[in-house]
Amino acid sequence: MTAVSFLEGGLEGGLQGGRSLPGDGLEWLKNRRDKGAERFGALGLPTPKLEGWKYTRLRPLDDTRYTPIKDGVGDAAVKDLPTVGDVAGRLVFVNGRLREDLSDVSNLPDGVRFGPLDELLENDPAWAEEHIGSVVQNDDQAMLALNDAMMDSGFVLHVRKGVVLTKPVEIVMVGGLTDDAVAYFPRNLIVIEPNAQATLVKHHVGRGVGAYFANAATEIDVADGAIFKNYKVQAESMQATHVSTVHARVGRDATFESFNLSMGGLLSRTEAVITLNGMGAHCGFNGAYMMRGNEHCDNTSYIDMAVPNTTCKQVYKGVLDDAARAVFQGKIHVARDAQKADGRMLNKTLLLSDDAEIDTKPELEIYADDVQCAHGATSGQLDQTALFYLRSRGIPEALARNMLVQSFLGDALDEITDEHVREVFMDRVVHWLPAHCYLAGEWKESA
Amino acid sequence: MSATAETVEQVKSISGEKYKYGFVTDIAADKAPKGLSEDIVRFISAKKGEPEWLLEWRLKAYRRWLEMPEPKWSKVDFPPIDYQQYHYYSAPKSDDDRPKSLDEVDPELLATYEKLGIPIKEQEVLAGVAVDYVFDSVSVATTFKKKLEEVGVIFCPISEALERCPDLVRKYLGTVVPVADNKHACLNSAVFTDGSFVYIPPGVRCPMELSTYFRINEMNTGQFERTLIVADKGSYVSYLEGCTAPMRDENQLHAAVVELVALDDAEIKYSTVQNWYPGDEEGKGGIYNFVTKRGACRGKNSKISWTQVETGSAITWKYPSCILQGDNSVGEFYSIAITNNAQQADTGTKMIHLGKNTTSRIISKGISAGKSDQTYRGLVKISPKAEGARNYTQCDSLLIGDKCGAHTVPYIESKNKNAIVEHEATTSTISEDQLFYLRQRGIPEEAAVALVVNGFCREVMQQLPMEFAVEAQKLVGISLEGSVG
Amino acid sequence: MLEIKDLHATVQGKEILKGVNLTVNPGEVHAIMGPNGSGKSTLSYVLAGRDGYEVTGGRIIYMGEDLTELDPEERAAKGIFLAFQYPVEIPGVPNSTFLNEAVNAVRRYRGEDELDKIQFVKMLRAKTKELNMSDEMLKRAVNVGFSGGEKKRNEVLQMAVLEPKLSILDETDSGLDIDALKIVSEGVNALRSPERSSLVITHYQRLLDYIVPDKVHVLAQGRIQKTGGKELALELEKNGYADFTGEEAA
Repeated sequence: MTAVSFLEGGLEGGLQGGRSLPGDGLEWLKNRRDKGAERFGALGLPTPKLEGWKYTRLRPLDDTRYTPIKDGVGDAAVKDLPTVGDVAGRLVFVNGRLREDLSDVSNLPDGVRFGPLDELLENDPAWAEEHIGSVVQNDDQAMLALNDAMMDSGFVLHVRKGVVLTKPVEIVMVGGLTDDAVAYFPRNLIVIEPNAQATLVKHHVGRGVGAYFANAATEIDVADGAIFKNYKVQAESMQATHVSTVHARVGRDATFESFNLSMGGLLSRTEAVITLNGMGAHCGFNGAYMMRGNEHCDNTSYIDMAVPNTTCKQVYKGVLDDAARAVFQGKIHVARDAQKADGRMLNKTLLLSDDAEIDTKPELEIYADDVQCAHGATSGQLDQTALFYLRSRGIPEALARNMLVQSFLGDALDEITDEHVREVFMDRVVHWLPAHCYLAGEWKESA
Repeated sequence: MSATAETVEQVKSISGEKYKYGFVTDIAADKAPKGLSEDIVRFISAKKGEPEWLLEWRLKAYRRWLEMPEPKWSKVDFPPIDYQQYHYYSAPKSDDDRPKSLDEVDPELLATYEKLGIPIKEQEVLAGVAVDYVFDSVSVATTFKKKLEEVGVIFCPISEALERCPDLVRKYLGTVVPVADNKHACLNSAVFTDGSFVYIPPGVRCPMELSTYFRINEMNTGQFERTLIVADKGSYVSYLEGCTAPMRDENQLHAAVVELVALDDAEIKYSTVQNWYPGDEEGKGGIYNFVTKRGACRGKNSKISWTQVETGSAITWKYPSCILQGDNSVGEFYSIAITNNAQQADTGTKMIHLGKNTTSRIISKGISAGKSDQTYRGLVKISPKAEGARNYTQCDSLLIGDKCGAHTVPYIESKNKNAIVEHEATTSTISEDQLFYLRQRGIPEEAAVALVVNGFCREVMQQLPMEFAVEAQKLVGISLEGSVG
Repeated sequence: MLEIKDLHATVQGKEILKGVNLTVNPGEVHAIMGPNGSGKSTLSYVLAGRDGYEVTGGRIIYMGEDLTELDPEERAAKGIFLAFQYPVEIPGVPNSTFLNEAVNAVRRYRGEDELDKIQFVKMLRAKTKELNMSDEMLKRAVNVGFSGGEKKRNEVLQMAVLEPKLSILDETDSGLDIDALKIVSEGVNALRSPERSSLVITHYQRLLDYIVPDKVHVLAQGRIQKTGGKELALELEKNGYADFTGEEAA
């Protein structure tokens, strides 16, 4: 079968290397895996020759060989995991494996399914068959094909018609803590039925040593009148490579809100394809990135305003220190006759060091005339006048810098409509800032 | 009469023949056989009596061209080009000797220019413009040479420059757009037949606007002119380029190369009004306009400014760019692109910041109507050494009608923290409120559209030299004819 | 001058005007007052011929001619002028260019010679002087960056330049402070003559202190509910529109 050098034993080894994959006995899933493997074989790993990968090279895969996860790699002790506090349910995965001892889904309200993928495949394979692959359309995404072939973990969130989850559900994905470099392939399924509402908070954390490569794929179906908020903090280790492909479909009068706070990881890339295919659909697709060292962060998105009267707003802001590099590629597509579309996109980056680099490409592709679409992008350094102003008021330079960075990113975080989550995320931002002076947040409290 | 009112008049007056410049001049042409081969390249070089180094240069380009792929990244769609169906050399058969004055020029040719609306004599007197007319590929008349010679300005066909100042040509040719830059530029390097050469000596401010009118006349003739402008230290020149082609059913190929070099403290202003034949309503015929234009700000404090009004061609593939090497150098790109019917345009610019405190400014106004598709594609690149670089980009699209498309594809790559890059883009349509307001004041619908569009383009129009601005405003109205209602 | 007979009009399929009758004689100034949503602005758009405002019944006779089938620019050329409640911004088009276009378009329609640049500028200068306006406003793009007062003065200037026979002032007083209101009113009054008529649409009586009407009509629920002299306006100011809407006075 396909020869891949980054995976111990190649794809075949990953698929049949003496381990059991979830849903092994299901014919339809086997077909999907086979097709995925075949497609990945044909496409190969993405290279910068592809327009969508112009600025991101999967370098870590060149010189590391990863072992597909086996039982036992997720048993290490972990503590002090991040949380937003009071949640309706919580799932903790270590290197892709569910840790029941750390998870709690005992108090989920009726009409909500929230659990690991393998459980779903075992308990409700018919529903799984109906939904896996129901949102994705593209067959030109190699990393999605790879996930199709290899899916070995992941979760499902399913909220039934009209059910309103008042508290968020939470997922913690821990990577690292292994001797060998490991690879895992989470497949996540989120189905929010008509008029249902839910909020999901995902924490990605890296712990200890050990390289890991996570190649995730997530399908999100936000049905008519539903509201789904998807918040993610990515604070992975300097040995982590994380590629995530998201496909979302937003129905009539439905709202899909997403915020991606990227604050760590050797290489992280999120590629989202969002289709607004019901009138009145709205999508807020936002994020912030803070990178240092030689971290590389890529946010790529394609928002398809496929029908009339849809709106989308995108705000991405970031700060780059040391030799960090960030990529923003956003595309808003307004389909023929999708009149009254309102699409906004903004990307702003602060470069804090001489070696940092930003590559941004905010794109509009518009085929309807009665639209209001705009995008903007800036890059530059901290406002020197503002810095001087603060210092002239007696604020030490390091603190003044922190304050300005915090205020800069604040604009993006303001897009988070869940107030509590916004506060938690802002706190994470503050703690990322250089600590050689007091942290801006603490300073504010003490003043 | 104001320009817009004139536009309306003009639209009325050409109701029968939509493309005003769609006539064919009947002059016996001296052309090479169809197709492209090493022999044709040698034929062209021999025909022009070129030095050996240039033939070698051409052959090198031809060989590279053979193996180079077509650029595929632009958002235009057309059947593969059969390069063998074109003639690569075509010169009007007057005398072997070029005319020394207008009196010697073929009267039919002069009549052609008259139909184009550029009566030579009148323009000489009124506008004080020295015009280097290019008819198909060879220059036939150069005026005001004397006045230019007095201040040491060289303005002549590039073939003549090869005789007059071969060292200058050799020194700069291909240094901004290398032979193998892209497939179209490569083709041009192999087969270019003419174009203008301009050299402005140190400290000289060129006493008049230099202008060249290009025109593709001969059926199945590719037009491959090559322009090279060198502004030496502390000099200034403003160069105008206008393009018009007759109506044809076949698609004609135009692959030009323009190279600009600005040394210390020099400034070059390059303005284009391009209304090559765009094809008919169904997209039949029209020019394939594949042009590589690039300027190098080599010296400190130098400046290159591109202004373009693009209303013609079936397919436009064009990115006038600036390489900002010299410290404090400035690059500008002002563009109006209008596409109607089945036209496709993929146009924009590249600003490559290499020197310290370099600044660039991009103002792009795109108007799509009919079934046309238009893309702004731009690159702003800040290298690690470009301390204090600054870019501002404003790029607005206007859609007229629900069958067209407008796309914005900006690439921004910054590797310097002291650089400031700002990009803004909007897409909108002419609002019903605006149209009603204007109509309520008595302005008919088509004129109202032309007025709003001219207003939308104003920032760029203001950059054009006066005589060009009037023509450009007229073109806005003519190009959008039939897009309303 | 203007005779509206049993006018019915719909906007997006909804009937807004339900049988309006109104006669304005040459030289007269009529005020149309009414609560929000009574159809005042609809009436002005219907008279000016805006797309989407469909006449479903009745007639509009202007100078003896039925207007209903005419384009907005044809009506403008025939001397109908609408001063907009919210004047529209036209970026990049200088005010003077816009006025020049409009004047010559109207003159062409009427078979008159166009004004050349010099004639036009001379005429324009005279008008701005008459209205006490600065020439600076002429150079700026139409209504772009104008304050509320400037926009309304610009409407009056256009009116002065185009010399309409029938002026419709749609809520010209909205958003104006008292000084601006005076200036605008003076401009309108200066144009009053025995050959010209005006239709002043307003929610409040205060404008009518400055532009004194010959007749006042109350438009509510898509019909003229009451007609009277200028004293009717004062009465409305005191009692509100409750009598005509069937609602309690605010």
